Order: sequence, then C-alpha cells, then structure tokens
Amino acid sequence: MTDKTLWVATRKGTFRVAKVDGRWQPKLAGHPGVGVNFVARDPNTGRLWALLGHGHWGAKLSISDDDGATWRDNEAQIKFPEGARYLTQDMFEDPDSEHGVGWKLLTKKATVLKLWVIGFGGDGAIHVGTIPGGLFTSRDGGKSFELNLPLWNHESRGGDLLQGDGTGETKWFGTPASEGGEFAPGIHSIVVDPRDPKHLYVAVSTAGVIESLDGGLTWRSRNKGMILDHTPDGEAEWGHDTHFIECCPAAPDHIWQQNHVGVYYSADAAASWRKVSQPEQGVHFGFPVAADPHDGRRAWLVPGHSDQQRMTIGGGLFVARTDDGGETWQQQRAGLPQEGAFDVVYRHALVAGEGVVAFGSTTGNLYVSEDGGASWQTVGNNLPPIYAVRLG
Amino acid sequence: MAQIDVKLTRHLFAFFPQLEGKALQVEADTVAEVVQALDALAPGIAYYICDERGRLRPHVNAFIDNEMVRDRRALGDGVQAGQTVHILQSLSGG
Repeated sequence: MTDKTLWVATRKGTFRVAKVDGRWQPKLAGHPGVGVNFVARDPNTGRLWALLGHGHWGAKLSISDDDGATWRDNEAQIKFPEGARYLTQDMFEDPDSEHGVGWKLLTKKATVLKLWVIGFGGDGAIHVGTIPGGLFTSRDGGKSFELNLPLWNHESRGGDLLQGDGTGETKWFGTPASEGGEFAPGIHSIVVDPRDPKHLYVAVSTAGVIESLDGGLTWRSRNKGMILDHTPDGEAEWGHDTHFIECCPAAPDHIWQQNHVGVYYSADAAASWRKVSQPEQGVHFGFPVAADPHDGRRAWLVPGHSDQQRMTIGGGLFVARTDDGGETWQQQRAGLPQEGAFDVVYRHALVAGEGVVAFGSTTGNLYVSEDGGASWQTVGNNLPPIYAVRLG
Repeated sequence: MAQIDVKLTRHLFAFFPQLEGKALQVEADTVAEVVQALDALAPGIAYYICDERGRLRPHVNAFIDNEMVRDRRALGDGVQAGQTVHILQSLSGG
C-alpha cells in the first residue's frame, strides 16, 4: 500500500493519479490540450512544477500550490539571455546533393525550444534542463532563473559564444529523437547528490554525462567505460547518447544509465561505467531507467527493440529488473499485455519509489506495480501519449 | 503615439482571461510597441506571442488590418491611428 500520488505529464495535459477505494485512478489535473513535458513536486516547498510546450505559444513553466487544483504561469519564465548563441548542425538547400539538402554547422541565437526536465537540490535550488542544452538554476525559490554559463560556454561545445566566437567546434550533436523537431542537443537528466547539493550531474543527448563538484562553477565529462557505436572512435570522451540517468537516493554513488548503445551502471559516482546490457534478456535498448530508492544495485528498465524499431520486443510489453548491479536481469510480465502491444516508454516515464513502480507509454497506457514489478495493474489505456511519470 | 485597435485569437483568452470581451486599444507606433503595450495590460502575454529575442513565434501570425506583418524578427512594421492589429495562431493543417 502507498499513499503516494503519481503525476503524469502527457501530450494533452497533466494528470494526477491517486489510489481511491483501492484502485489507482487518473484525473485530469490541469493544462487540458497542452503538451506537458514533465511534472514534478519540489520536495522543499511542496510546489508542483509543470514544464509546458504550447504548440503555438512556446515553452512555459507552470506552477501549482494546491496539489494541482489550480495552475498559473510562474512569474519568472526561462529565457536565454541576450547574446546567448550555440553551435548546431542545420539543414540547408544543396543543389549538388542527391537529395537536395546538406548539413552545415551554424551559430544560432538561443531561444528556449523545450523545457525538458526539472530537478531539486537539498539547498532549495531548482534546476531546469532545456533544448538547446541550457541548465537554468533558481536560488530564490523560482523568482528568477539564471543560465549556467560555465556549462553553456563549456569547451566541449565550442567555448564562449557570448563574449566571442569560441572555437567553432562542438562535440554536442543534435537530438532527432526529440518529438516536435527540436533539433539541438538538450539536457534531459539532472541528478543532485542528496549528500551535497553542489554535486550535480546532467546528461545530454547527445554528449554524455557531465559532472560538477562545485555547484556548477566547473564541469567535466564522466563517460569512461561507455563505448560508442556511432562514431569512429568508440572510446571518445564526447558524443555519447545517454538517454537517461538516475542515482539511488540512499546510495548516490550508484548511478544507472540507459544509453542508446546499451545499459550502463556505475558504482563509483560515474567515475567509470560498466555495460550491463543482456541482449538475450532483451536488455539493451530503451529510454528510461529507474533506480531503487534504497538499494543501489537494484533498478528497472522498460526495454525496447533496438534503435531501428523502438517498440516492444515481439509485441509483448515487459519491465526488466536487476537486483545485483546488472549481473542478471529478470523480465517482469505479469499483468502487462503480451501480444499486440507496441508501447514505447519515454525517458521520464518510468519511476520507482517507496512501494510503487509505475510507467506510461506513448500509446497512453499507464501501469503501476506495488510489489516491485512482480505484478502490474493497468491504470488506464486511453490516456494521451505519456511523456513523464513522477511520484510526489 | 497612435491609437491602435487590437484583436486577439480567442485561444489567448484561455491564458489571459482578463482580456476577454474587452475592446482592446493601445498606443503604439510599431507592432512591437503593440505587443509591449499588451504585456502591460496582461503581464506575460508578450512571451506567448514572441520568443525571448522579440521574434514572432513560428506558429503565430500578426496582421495590420488585412496585411501580414513583414518584419517577423523585430516587429518593426509601423502602425497608424485607426488601424487594427490582429494576433492569431497560424494553422499548420489538419
């Protein structure tokens, strides 16, 4: 049993899912018709934050202080400062090309294309990751947000384009998996060390894992042990397509990563990664990963069939769980559809908390387990495409 | 500055209900000034219409009477007394 609430961000609004009369029941809680990329509760204040992507009207931060009964735009919205630019690949008309188009490196003025993820520090900081890849932080409870310049100007993405022209080279790639066509690298994962709020990780698709030990003043790559299969140098420092990372709250040096090229696990605070894919168990490709709140060696995935297909393996939906740091995986299928299922689960749409594991798919299916994934209950089959599922 | 009538798509009233049903009139000499004046009436609306660089968002259209604005980047098109600026969502089909 749990008294937890699930917050579900969908293509068409925010849903609150709570257990009523012994049954998990979804209810539209706000933003009808609006794309919601992520929704989460700030554990420091209890405030709910929703990251909206209006089709016409841009990206907006929306907040609720009454458990989702009413929402309003946050007074301070996330905006790139004047002069913020980034290097990115862009398509252009190329009459010499067989297909009439080519790609070139361009310097673009930065505007927020997507608010993608929000994270909260034990010091009250609120961090938001965007496309293009900005990390915005508020240290005044959301009254203002500031772009983290050391990361924005990092040498891996061409240096300081605010004050000058930088190096002209970037190791960050586009992120074509992003729905909506925001073709620029973005920050989709923010991990704040529960022991030390100045110890931050972000993950970027496509660049990899980046760590700061000093509250965001300096940043370094943490991609050792990860092997690329889409660049000539498999052990390159940059270019890793990390899909999502999450640490175990009780054992934060244990970090899990679902990557484009496999599942990775680190037991040493991302100093090194070990590939723990097990293709014979279907564990290799996917987007989300959820770490157990207590046991650093336990995690859940919802695998998909390869980057070519990106749907269930053989039409049957399953969750994979490890209890031993990825040495072995078990498939958890009880209660999940085993034929005619073609669900894709996005990177933020699987969550594990005290006594509950839940996930939602782009086909609008939402499932909950209260026994660690041994069995699953269907919460709904007709929700809008699900982008994120969080507990709080 | 000139007195300009403003008509907004009803979609915006979902986010700025305080503007619904009002005859909107602002003082402005350019479309950019119209947007600024609207933001004074309904704080935040400028960031719905334009991005943080002041460019008209890709799926938003603005018209001066029946003519679509030419300068989507800075909204520098001039407006004159008696004209109406329309701000509408663009249709992408479907």
